[in-house]
Amino acid sequence: MNSKHLRTILNVGLITGIVIFYMAVVGLVGAFNERELIRDYLTMSQVMIFVPALVGGAWLANRELPTFTKLVGGLLVGLIAALPVLALTYVAYHFDVRDIFTNIYKGLGEILTLQNESPLTGSLILTGIMMGLGLLGALMSLLPQSLRSVIYSAFITTLLVALLAEYLNTILETILEFFGLSDDLLDPFFRRNTLKLTGAFTVFGIVLVVNGITTYFGKNIQQGFKQLPAATRRSANGAGLVLFAMILIILPWVAGRFLSDAMTTVGLYMLMGLGLNIAIGMAGLLDLGYVTNFAVGAYLVGLLTSEGPQGIGGDFFNLWLAIPLALFAAMLTGFIFALPVLKMRGDYLAIATLGFGEIIGKLANSDALEKYIGGAAGLKLIPKPYFFNIEIVDPEQFYYVVLVAVIVMLYVTWRLINSRIGRQWTAIREDEDVAAAMGIDTARSKLLAFTISAAIGGVAGAIFASKVGAAFPNSFTLLVSLNVLALIIVGGMGSISGVLVGALVLMGLPEILREFSEYRFLVYGILLVWMMLQRPEGFIPSTVARRERGEDVAGLAGAD
Amino acid sequence: MTNDTILSANNMTKRFGGLVAINNLTFSIPRKSISSIIGPNGAGKTTFFNCITGFYKINEGVITFDGQRIDGKPVYDITRIGIARTFQNIRLFNNMTAIENVMVGQERNLKSSWLGAIFMSPMAIEEGRKTEKRARELIDYVGLKGKGDLLAKNLPYGDQRRLEIARALASDPQLILLDEPTAGMNPNETAQTTEFIRKLRDDLGITVVLIEHDMRVVMGISEHITVIDHGETIAEGLPEDIQKNPKVIEAYLGSGAAAQVNH
Repeated sequence: MNSKHLRTILNVGLITGIVIFYMAVVGLVGAFNERELIRDYLTMSQVMIFVPALVGGAWLANRELPTFTKLVGGLLVGLIAALPVLALTYVAYHFDVRDIFTNIYKGLGEILTLQNESPLTGSLILTGIMMGLGLLGALMSLLPQSLRSVIYSAFITTLLVALLAEYLNTILETILEFFGLSDDLLDPFFRRNTLKLTGAFTVFGIVLVVNGITTYFGKNIQQGFKQLPAATRRSANGAGLVLFAMILIILPWVAGRFLSDAMTTVGLYMLMGLGLNIAIGMAGLLDLGYVTNFAVGAYLVGLLTSEGPQGIGGDFFNLWLAIPLALFAAMLTGFIFALPVLKMRGDYLAIATLGFGEIIGKLANSDALEKYIGGAAGLKLIPKPYFFNIEIVDPEQFYYVVLVAVIVMLYVTWRLINSRIGRQWTAIREDEDVAAAMGIDTARSKLLAFTISAAIGGVAGAIFASKVGAAFPNSFTLLVSLNVLALIIVGGMGSISGVLVGALVLMGLPEILREFSEYRFLVYGILLVWMMLQRPEGFIPSTVARRERGEDVAGLAGAD
Repeated sequence: MTNDTILSANNMTKRFGGLVAINNLTFSIPRKSISSIIGPNGAGKTTFFNCITGFYKINEGVITFDGQRIDGKPVYDITRIGIARTFQNIRLFNNMTAIENVMVGQERNLKSSWLGAIFMSPMAIEEGRKTEKRARELIDYVGLKGKGDLLAKNLPYGDQRRLEIARALASDPQLILLDEPTAGMNPNETAQTTEFIRKLRDDLGITVVLIEHDMRVVMGISEHITVIDHGETIAEGLPEDIQKNPKVIEAYLGSGAAAQVNH
């Protein structure tokens, strides 16, 4: 082990330590202390301290080092990473820097010493665990890649299940109840909405086995499936689809009100993501004012159906009639706003559209228009829609409205991607000048991209207003545009499934992990920076992005 | 070769600020001919192409194609009227497949709308099918058989040049402008391409205008040559006349050379 190796170890160890230190100082660690992942054994706070040590060890072992150095290095990384934490513990117990670092005093000392009676023993145990995890991380990297990813994914799944245990427990209870079984069956795995140690091991084991089978025998299974007669395969696919549809349909009733509400929000963002994806992902038009369309849709529904002073209200207009009108209104504003920016490209376009988004926000808020659209107080008393005779009030019911809208828009974008207009957009994205030289009226195509993109946002806005029962200017800030943009980037530009995943991760997780809400943007920031560095084309890259990376998409690369 | 003119310009001038790139240029291209534009580096040949195809708006003069004024028209309109082009530094849609590139090239002849795509109108589906079929035919025609599903950027250089020509042909043009079609090719590939260009004209009756540096290619296939220097036409006519023209020799080799050749 030479000095260069030592320097690498020191580097990795310190970075790991600083990450933990930072999370502790900003209060992230403290905020999750109440969230028990495994009953009596592990809290979320502890995960936040331990996981970096494991990752640090693995990270070090990924470097070009002799095996022995890797293992000792893993131990050392754990030790070095523990140092800033120990320092923080010392400060928390002995000094008063309350004025600057308020978060240190919310029991952080106790968390960092693992709630041990004696801070010293606690610190020693913590250091020991971190060194062990560093070593474990280094050891993991000695395993073959396939085995390693099986173990890691089992590990991550267990953590996720533990995080979502509360909801999972509720869902399982509802299902058991439906089949007339006692929920005592869950007792070995859950206790009061937390995963038990047995539960954790069960999940870990199941995922390990299933993942192992698919990793090592996946090819055989696929081949076996392909050898089945076509009819059997088709009915198997059909059955899978029906099963998936059934899950989507019964989901709100087993998941409960809170989750349904979260899923409705996710669905609305999926809609907006699908819309913006047409402009940004397909046609390459960086539109930062997407909230405009959302607002137009919402306000139109407000104006048409609200029982308040500004609305038309009455029996004639309802949500079902208002949605298509909102769609057209958003198309119209999308069209008008697109006209002046058609000649702009890249950054200039982004700034101009950013301005439009702000203009809409200011207009909605303005006193001059208060008479017509309610000013800062917004439009209230938007009635709930009726589906035949059922009033749609509950989140469980709105879930279906959103579900239908998402399915329709999925279909629409899927059709558009694989059509003449989709090819025009891709061509414009690739090289606008040459696209024009092919006979494409690029201005018209771009206008169409903006307009269709706006229409989908309008539908999302309409449903949103109806769900909330009001349209306030505060709901239509730059933040909405940025959230939608972020979910597209994280999911993968131009990729439809990427939008769905992006919305689930960026909108769904924060809804469920309420403790996060305060740190939402910290996590967003980190996630986006990490994405840009590691996977700039998103979680699920579009076909074009995968092609750019030189991946073989459906056997396209190859013989030359 | 007929005396009928398909493309002509009168006193065409293009200025970039104070720089006069094309100065009072007048020329005419006979219908169904293979014509070459030659001239030293920086003479304004590519600018000339860009002016015809509408990439640049000319400051003065008139460009006429098939009896119709085309100067001032947008790029896509000029393509729709029947002029297709390739680029000096190949500009394919890199992350689309060869087939998709040629499908985009067919835009001039496509009619289906986005609504048709969403509602799966029979016309849109039929058109999509036809477009793909035609794209495969063109890919085969330019000699890229079996490579249609490769990404444009993964094709070897020579194939990329062919694909660009296929994409240009996809719009069924009456006139095709080829900007240095044999640049960077070895003698063997150059000979093939030359033969192919001749075939284009003979099979499809398309007028071909090429910018070319390789004099063997130029003299071998051109029926009409326009020589440009400093944005001005210095000579126009048959290959054998151009070869002897002292102005041309001077432009290429300097004034002393012209004197030597003549004596």
